[in-house]
Parts: sequence; C-alpha cells; structure tokens
Amino acid sequence: MKLIIAFIKPFKLDDVKDALKGVGVTGMSVGEIRGFGRQSGQTEVYRGAEYKVEFVPKTRVEVAVDDGDVERVVSAIEGAARTGEIGDGKIIVLPVEQVLRIRTGERGADAI
Amino acid sequence: MSEGTIAWLLTSSALVLFMTPGLALFYGGMVRSKNVLNMLMKNFFTISIVTVVWTVIGYSLAFGTDIGGFIGGLDFLGLKGVEGDALLFMVFQMMFAIITPALISGAVAERMKFSAWVLFTTLWALIVYPIVAHWAFAADGWLFAWGVRDFAGGLVVHINAGVAALALVFALGPRKGYGTEPMRPHSLPLTLIGTGILWFGWFGFNAGSALAADGIAINAFVTTQIAAAVAALAWVVAEWMKTGKPTTLGAASGAVAGLVAITPGAGFVSPMSAIVIGLAGGFLCFGAVNLKSRFGYDDSLDVVGVHLAGGIVGSVLLGVFAQSSVNEFVPDGLLFGGGAFFIKQVVAVLAVMAFTFVASYILARIVKALVGLRVDENQETEGLDISLHEERGYVLSE
Repeated sequence: MKLIIAFIKPFKLDDVKDALKGVGVTGMSVGEIRGFGRQSGQTEVYRGAEYKVEFVPKTRVEVAVDDGDVERVVSAIEGAARTGEIGDGKIIVLPVEQVLRIRTGERGADAI
Repeated sequence: MSEGTIAWLLTSSALVLFMTPGLALFYGGMVRSKNVLNMLMKNFFTISIVTVVWTVIGYSLAFGTDIGGFIGGLDFLGLKGVEGDALLFMVFQMMFAIITPALISGAVAERMKFSAWVLFTTLWALIVYPIVAHWAFAADGWLFAWGVRDFAGGLVVHINAGVAALALVFALGPRKGYGTEPMRPHSLPLTLIGTGILWFGWFGFNAGSALAADGIAINAFVTTQIAAAVAALAWVVAEWMKTGKPTTLGAASGAVAGLVAITPGAGFVSPMSAIVIGLAGGFLCFGAVNLKSRFGYDDSLDVVGVHLAGGIVGSVLLGVFAQSSVNEFVPDGLLFGGGAFFIKQVVAVLAVMAFTFVASYILARIVKALVGLRVDENQETEGLDISLHEERGYVLSE
C-alpha cells in the first residue's frame, strides 16, 4: 500500500478529483495549505506598496492506494493538475505500513 | 425648523453615526487578521467615549458663548438649556465629533495600546476637536468670522484628524517589522463594504450640513456623489498606469479621497466643479499615499495620505471653485473673480495644521507618560486581538 500526496494549484482541485474518481479512487483528503517551491512566491501590490508573498496558497490531496493502483492514480493526478506553468506542484509517493477502517476493524488493502 | 428639516437632520444624524462602524470595516479589512478586532474596537468604542464627552462638555466648548474667537464657554455644560432645534443641532454635531477621532485610529493600527487609545481619544475629543470646531463652525469662531468657509468639515474633521494622526505616528513609531515584513490587508471585501457604508453615510454628512431640507442640501448631495465617483476613477486610472493593475483597494481609497475632498465645498460649488475636485482628490491623494514610503513614517492605513491630503485639496480648491450663485453664504472663489477668500482658505488650512499638530503631539506625550502608547513586542507579534482583548476575529473550527 502507498500514500500519494499531491501538492497542486487550488483551482485544479476539481479536475484532480474528477480524474481520481475516473480511475476508481473512492476517497481522498484535501487541505488548503501554503508553501513555495521553484515558483518561490508572488508579488502583491497594495496602494502602490509591493509585497513579496513567499508562501502561496496550494492544495494538498492525499490518497491511500493499493500497490497495483499507484501508477494509474499518479498519472491521473499528473494529467489533471498540469498546466505547464511554473507552480504546478509535486506528487510524493510514500510506503504505508497499515490501514484500518475504524467502523469495521478491517485492515490492510480491504480498508482502503 | 420646518418638519421637513427636522426629519432630514434626524436622518442625517443617523447616517453620520453609521459612518463610524463603516470606517471600522474600512480599516478592519486593511489590517492583518490578528488585529482586526482591535481595529474595529478602536472605532466602535470611540462612539461611546465621544458621546459622553460631547454631551457633558464638548458641545459647550465648541458652540457655547464665544471666548475670544478661540473656544466656546461653559454655558451649555451638561446641555443646560439646549432644547428643541438646538438639541437636534447638538446631536448632529455629536456624530462629527465621534468620527473625527475614529479616523485617526487607522494611523496607529496594529501597535497602539487600547488603554492609550481610550485616554488619547477622551482628551482629544475634550480639547482639540471642540476648539477647531469652534474656529470654523461657530458663528463667532475666528476662522468663520474672518470669512473662512468649511461646509461639512474639511478643516474640522479631515485636516484635523489627518494632522493628529501624523503627530501620533511620530510619538508612536513604526510597527515592528515595518518595511521588511509583508503587512497585507487581510480582507478587502470588509474594506469594500466599509467604503460603501461610508459613501452612504456621507450623504448625511455633507447634505445634512446644509442644516435644512433645501436646495443647498440637494446641491451637496449631488456634488458628493460626483466627487466620490470621479476620484475612484482617477485613483484607479493612476495606479493602472503606474503599476499595470486596477485594484479593489485603489477604488475604495479613491472613493474615500473624493468624499474627503468635496466635504469642505459640497454646498458651495457646482456639480461641474465637483468633477474637477474629485479628479484632484483622486490623483493627489494617490500621489500622497505613494510619497509615504519616501518619508519612512508608518501611517499604517494612510490617514495622512487620504484625509489630510484630501482635506487640504478640498479646502484650498473651495477657494478656487466657490460660487455665491450656488450658495449666498460663500464668496466667489478665484475662478469666479474672488481673491481674498482663496488666501483665507489657505491660511485656515495652515492654522489648523499648526494648532492640531502641536496640541495632538503634546497629548500623545502626556498619554505616553501616563500609560505608555505601545503594546510590548510580544503582544505586537501575537496580535492585539488575543493579547489585549482575548478574542479572535475568525474562529475556523468549532
């Protein structure tokens, strides 16, 4: 089992959600976060004063998947989140030791 | 007073009162989210402070029997004998006395102690405001008697508040991290709602200052609308050309700058003159706000750039565009054959600036000696909402 964490542009969330549903993903978590990568922030101007805002709004999507689904899910996110512009984000894949569905007590891949 | 006038002045008084919570939102949106409640409170609480000060003694000092053209006497202490029409005039003027110190609060945002603000506002509403109001609004005040005109408070409200803001900023010093850390407005939607409320209330402020439901009130209402709209256009065009983007904050700032600029002349100039005054207010206040960074003082929300600069523009341009054919109680300005009146307007601006700067700076030093002006560094970093009020503006989870 793997945990896939994707950092994407906030306005791409709906596209990514639809793409994930399209490849059979049944659940995900999302969070509004701030951060910077190579895009390294943006400039905002208020009453003529320029502010360098280092942390820009991003959306983090987390999906736990079975090993066999990893490539499909990663490709779905990649395809849906890409604009080609700087700041499209990153996808990270982590190993998962255990998954447990609290209501039923199921463990492992059945709980995903 | 006719029934129509009474109805209009009661309505106008409520409109002007509404400007202060509007101002609270206008300013509240421009501070960081950790200081939003403190910003709102500095405005909202001023309503309470000044209502008491004005009722007990302030009104008498402003409009009591003249003493040397400088200040009113104590004959209306505790509103003694102030009844009927005079009582209506008293409450209308009270709303101006409230919003004027509230305007100052934008300059000291995010760092001034609440206790210091309460003390400063009390003293300022007790001493500075009534004196300047007497000079320009009372029949025997030296400026009014000399021939200076201030229709709704360019001198008394905007220059007065703008200069006091400058004095207080000098006494207080800049915010921690000013110029190095980003200090962005946290909610421009709040600022825009506040601007709308200010604009709405300003019809009471300016058209109410006709003190009658008559043609002068109508003229003031129309010039107010025109100047505000034109100045918002001017500000946005100026920033669009300079930085390449039209901004929401620019439109809001421009509208307020136009409202300020037309205030001294609303009932004295024609609608066409209001277009020129609005243009000047928008462009010049935009310029003044942009100059701030050259001087390096931290007038946090540009009270000087908008209210002092706009007040000066409006008061001086009244000396240019005043028309006795619009209002028989004003002499003609430069453009219509006058001359002396223009000089008087300039002298009045300088006199109010000099008096209010010195008086406000002294009051600030007194408050500093008594309770201190600033929160400590940790409180400033944590935010004034939690450290001074033990409240949060935005609770995002239950």
